[in-house]
Amino acid sequence: MSHRHTPSSRRLSSMQVRRAATSAAAACALMLGASSALAQDAAPFITLASTTSTQNSGLFDAIIPTFTDSTGIDVHVVAVGTGQAFEIARRGDADSLLVHDTAGEEAFVADGYASQRDDVMYNDFVLIGPSDDPAGIRDADSAATAFGLIAESGAPFTSRGDDSGTNRAELRLWDAAGVEPGSDWYRELGSGMGATLNTAAGMDAYVMSDRATWVAFDNRQNLELLFEGDDVLFNQYGSLKLSRERHPELKHDLADQWHDWLLSEQGQQAIGDFEVKGQQLFFPNADAH
Amino acid sequence: MTTMTLSAPASAPRLTLDRVGFSTAGQRLLGPLSLTLDGHRRTLIMGPNGAGKSLLMRLAHGLLSPTQGQLQWEGSAPRQAMVFQRPVLLRRSALANLEYALAVNHVPRRQRRQRAIAALERFGLESLAKRPARVLSGGEQQRLALARAWLLEPEVLFLDEPTSALDPAAIRAVESAIETFHQQGVRIVMSSHDMHQARRLADDVILLHRGRLVEQSPANLFFSRPVTQEASAFIAGELLD
Amino acid sequence: MTDSAFATALDLIVGLDPDLLAIVSLSLRISLTAVAIAAALALPLGAALALYRFPGRAPLIIALNALMGLPPVVAGLSVYLLLSRAGPLGSLGLLFTPTAMVVAQVILVLPILASLTRQKVEELHGEYAEQLASMGISRVRRIPTLLWDARLALITVMLAGFGRASAEVGAVMIVGGNIDGVTRVMTTAIVLETSKGNLPLALGLGIVLLALVGLINALAHLIGESTRRQLG
Repeated sequence: MSHRHTPSSRRLSSMQVRRAATSAAAACALMLGASSALAQDAAPFITLASTTSTQNSGLFDAIIPTFTDSTGIDVHVVAVGTGQAFEIARRGDADSLLVHDTAGEEAFVADGYASQRDDVMYNDFVLIGPSDDPAGIRDADSAATAFGLIAESGAPFTSRGDDSGTNRAELRLWDAAGVEPGSDWYRELGSGMGATLNTAAGMDAYVMSDRATWVAFDNRQNLELLFEGDDVLFNQYGSLKLSRERHPELKHDLADQWHDWLLSEQGQQAIGDFEVKGQQLFFPNADAH
Repeated sequence: MTTMTLSAPASAPRLTLDRVGFSTAGQRLLGPLSLTLDGHRRTLIMGPNGAGKSLLMRLAHGLLSPTQGQLQWEGSAPRQAMVFQRPVLLRRSALANLEYALAVNHVPRRQRRQRAIAALERFGLESLAKRPARVLSGGEQQRLALARAWLLEPEVLFLDEPTSALDPAAIRAVESAIETFHQQGVRIVMSSHDMHQARRLADDVILLHRGRLVEQSPANLFFSRPVTQEASAFIAGELLD
Repeated sequence: MTDSAFATALDLIVGLDPDLLAIVSLSLRISLTAVAIAAALALPLGAALALYRFPGRAPLIIALNALMGLPPVVAGLSVYLLLSRAGPLGSLGLLFTPTAMVVAQVILVLPILASLTRQKVEELHGEYAEQLASMGISRVRRIPTLLWDARLALITVMLAGFGRASAEVGAVMIVGGNIDGVTRVMTTAIVLETSKGNLPLALGLGIVLLALVGLINALAHLIGESTRRQLG
């Protein structure tokens, strides 16, 4: 064909190059237009990495509007497991951090990723299980005893298995009970608190949950709260100011306002006022020390 | 068309095939054969199915390259167009199909509409301008394909069994369209297995059988005094095997 | 429970819940933008793959086919690492924004659009090649011609892309963060309600999502049918 159409083909391709350039430009324009169409409103906001327990219980929905009203700052909550929340903050992808793993938080400060850590509030962990309680933990005298009974009975236990604050606390309790979890009755799910509760409900398994998620959780089926009240089940939440040296580009000034507000009288009041089904879920304790 | 008539070369395009053959997957489908196409004539390539008519047309038009031998136009290759047995029309209106042909031929945008409408009128399709090309009848589609070929201002027009799927009225319209081309000085190369069509249209006949060139002669000679036994049998309407 | 899910879905739709409307509208904007951007890139790419023969073409086609099965979570994680402050594009500050979600969905949708476009255009070119070659039309000029003439099939291709974009959750969860009112879309809202144990609401949202995708498919089908009737 070339012997007939060479000259015209050549003209065509230069025209085509122009046309391709035009459409590439159009694609770029489309992309730019799209991102501006999807762009945030201009109101100032911070990104807060936090845990599923605070998010799922509805705490943030209750307290953030109060904060926004008094400061004009919105808070974008990314709710993940505590392990992932630490990682997000470590990479500089969040302006503030609110989690519940005191040992991990102190290490985070020691490693230089955060400049300050403060107690904000606490709630507690509870042991949930099937209402017929095959391991008989209802009357156990301590959390460690209850964990030992579950291991002995071989009744299924579902674990978050996601390196979250709850997961870390649970592993410390197995350690205290002198049990090495890992046999076939021990199911590591690698899921959030809610998903783990759904699974436990489905397989009639024991599970450790933070109280807030449990109270707000609707799909209980045959599950009941079986054990609570041991001091070792205490679940402390802390807020961290992230390091200005490591991540100077973060919105530290806005994040500090959030941190300080959480510890303030108004913030503590808002946390204490939050109730689900008539029950207070988080207990402010910023003044505890 | 005026530009073409004005610029038409004094001598007709001349294509020479020198021992041209075409094989695929180790099988010889055509040739080797040698022949010359020249003059402002109408050549009909005839033969039973599988004789190699379509293959020869595609080689001559340049859609395929021969696997052996030489195929050469004298001087530079002429402008060509080809009309296929089943016309391939684009999924848009009849008018838009013609405007497309002009666009890819670098006709300025402001001239396209007018020239496309003129071509529709010339082939009696003006009432179908806005109709989607793909829903036209077989005969209308073939005439539209001819109108499109017209706009390409060919010096040589190849037609591969253009009427084989049409009814008599549509065949008449297509044949008259071919005449229109010829009267404008376009060289016609057309394949057909219809003896009567060949008698109506042909100046020359090329008879192929099993990929071999059996006979090439002026039409009056071919029909009155065929040289080969195969040609006699073919003209008599016998089945060639 | 299924009954109450349907009732919940009906309530959500009939009640025109403003939160739901915001979530639906964000889902649509993100997925449609992603499909539009992916199409602008993938249609020419797919057509070029159908028309050109070059070294590495076969591996490229296989790679695109394989990427059609790319787990959304992997796409999300890649975009996360790319857009994270500590990543190469961190300075853009796009993580946990709808734009990041669009980027992730473009990555998920592009291989589907490119692969299927290549198939459709290759099929059509089988029919058109001789005619176009006879008219002396260069390969590059054939790309827009074939894309336009394959437009009916390509509508279906784009719907497949939209289906993948609007149904996936793994990628948008990671790069969007499921921030209430900012990056929460239908699928991440469903995950959230599931984890709250609010299964009827989760399923209700799922039904709304399905109805939405069904509506868009029906619309495209109607457009396609009327074009088909017109063009034969």
